Amino acid sequence: MIYEVFRQERKGQAFAHAGSVEAPNEEFAEAYAREQYGRRGESTALWVAPRDAVHEIDDFADELRKNYHRVDGYPLKEKLGKARELAAKGPRGLSAGAG
Amino acid sequence: MDAKEQEFLDYVQGGGQVETEDWMPDEYRAKLIKFIEMHGNSELMGVLPEREWILRAPTLQRKLALTAKVQDEVGHSQLIYRVVEDLGKPRERCLDDLISGKSKFHNVFHYPTKTWGDVGVIAWLVDAAAIISQKALLKCSYAPYARIMKKICWEESFHILHGRDVVLTMMLGTDEQRELVQEALDRWWGPLMQFHGNPISREEDPMYVWRIKSQGNEEARQQFLDGYVPQIWELGLTVPDPKLRKNEDDVWKYSEPDWDELKRVVTGHGPKTAERLELRRTSREETAWVRRAVLAEAA
Amino acid sequence: MTDQVQKILEIADDELILGWRNSEWTGIAPLLEEDVAFSSIAQNEIGHARALYERAAQELGTTADELAFDRSPEEYRCSRLVQLRLVPDWAATIARHYLYETADEERIGVLKQSEDAELAGLAAKIDREEAYHRMHAQMWFERLHDEPRFKAALDELQPLLDVRGEHTPEFATLWEEMTSVRRSLAGATW
Repeated sequence: MIYEVFRQERKGQAFAHAGSVEAPNEEFAEAYAREQYGRRGESTALWVAPRDAVHEIDDFADELRKNYHRVDGYPLKEKLGKARELAAKGPRGLSAGAG
Repeated sequence: MDAKEQEFLDYVQGGGQVETEDWMPDEYRAKLIKFIEMHGNSELMGVLPEREWILRAPTLQRKLALTAKVQDEVGHSQLIYRVVEDLGKPRERCLDDLISGKSKFHNVFHYPTKTWGDVGVIAWLVDAAAIISQKALLKCSYAPYARIMKKICWEESFHILHGRDVVLTMMLGTDEQRELVQEALDRWWGPLMQFHGNPISREEDPMYVWRIKSQGNEEARQQFLDGYVPQIWELGLTVPDPKLRKNEDDVWKYSEPDWDELKRVVTGHGPKTAERLELRRTSREETAWVRRAVLAEAA
Repeated sequence: MTDQVQKILEIADDELILGWRNSEWTGIAPLLEEDVAFSSIAQNEIGHARALYERAAQELGTTADELAFDRSPEEYRCSRLVQLRLVPDWAATIARHYLYETADEERIGVLKQSEDAELAGLAAKIDREEAYHRMHAQMWFERLHDEPRFKAALDELQPLLDVRGEHTPEFATLWEEMTSVRRSLAGATW
């Protein structure tokens, strides 16, 4: 059976996929993962999970412009440039109009 | 090549990377399997020349270091065969093909290790040559392979230090020890110069075209010479090639490596090929019952 | 030589020779994953031997390497069990591993209680690694205990555990090989 192994390099960091081992059961998988991904003390912790237990989801289609809830939906740079230009020309308030 | 394949080729040539479940052209998959499998075979066969010296290591520290190095190589073959397996070729079939001679392994692992001097020269220079090829795989278009290469390169860097330390200690020792190193270097230089392959241009190398490799053979060899010839010379060792020198244009010149020998050796006619494959075959047969007993329950 | 030094050397010799024997599996173990795991165990054993030799060397005015390599074969006090060359017999290898680790736990336990605080501390460090070896041995024991060849190996090897001061012909061969590079050039540093 294939077990996927995730390792954490330092405390506080995210676990990242390290690779996989083949083992007859969880006990062997843990022993093998420990040796293969931690024998030099290069990991602070490992997660070991049967491959079947990992479900991949990768269908993140965005075909109808749903960028309003992401930062890339707000290209402010151009507008900001114009606004700064305008502001630099002096105050545009009521007093100017009244003169 | 149809449009979809062309699109894939453009993608990888533009630096794009591919995951296991992504669509890929059959030719790309076949090339990947061939290349990665040969790497796995090489790690596994690379165990054998050094393994013989584990029992003869002359100090406790050397014994530990050499055992750990050989262990790393087995570990690498495990990682690499897993990648091949996920591409569709199971480990057992890789081992079948290795033992039957259908698949290949690197030239340097077909030669005998005659003295403790070889142990130093292999760990230092053979691993140095290997790490140059392996570092160029960090950018491989097949992402799972590129990822494990990080761990492999990291471990190989310890091997080079171990090898250099073995060599340095001998060079600081007796005349007989210095002779052992020089004699080992004399024997290994030819295979080392052949290691990165004949100098075909990278555009003609299908492994480069698909961006499995990211550098050409000659580039790798030049990098090896540039990095290690000065280190060899500074110890008072002689490189057994009277034509070896660096030109003003920073390119190393050397005697033409024996490409016929390379071809003969990698097609299974090296001095130790038959003996080492036979050891692989018998040790695999002798422990087949364990795999049956242990893996049966899991199946 | 005091009884304590004698005892330390006895354990160190066991760990050294067993480590040497177990390292013979490096590269040819039944599974690649197991190869990596078993090699770590061999390295730990040699590491334990080194630490114990260093300790004995302080009292004997020598070095760990000299104790490990430069004694004559008759001076080694290792058990007959660890001397045997068992490659490529995995059943016998695991049987020895299991028998040895079980007996070793008791011995290290005694050492941990030593009045010599430094030695007790060393024993505790060794025991922390041995705990992992015991887990590994147990795991394989459970896996193989119904295998006839494993049961036969246990029965055959059990009586050899406590036989000391007698050497097998295999030990002489191992000693020859283990010391060959060192003996090839007298006085050289490696």
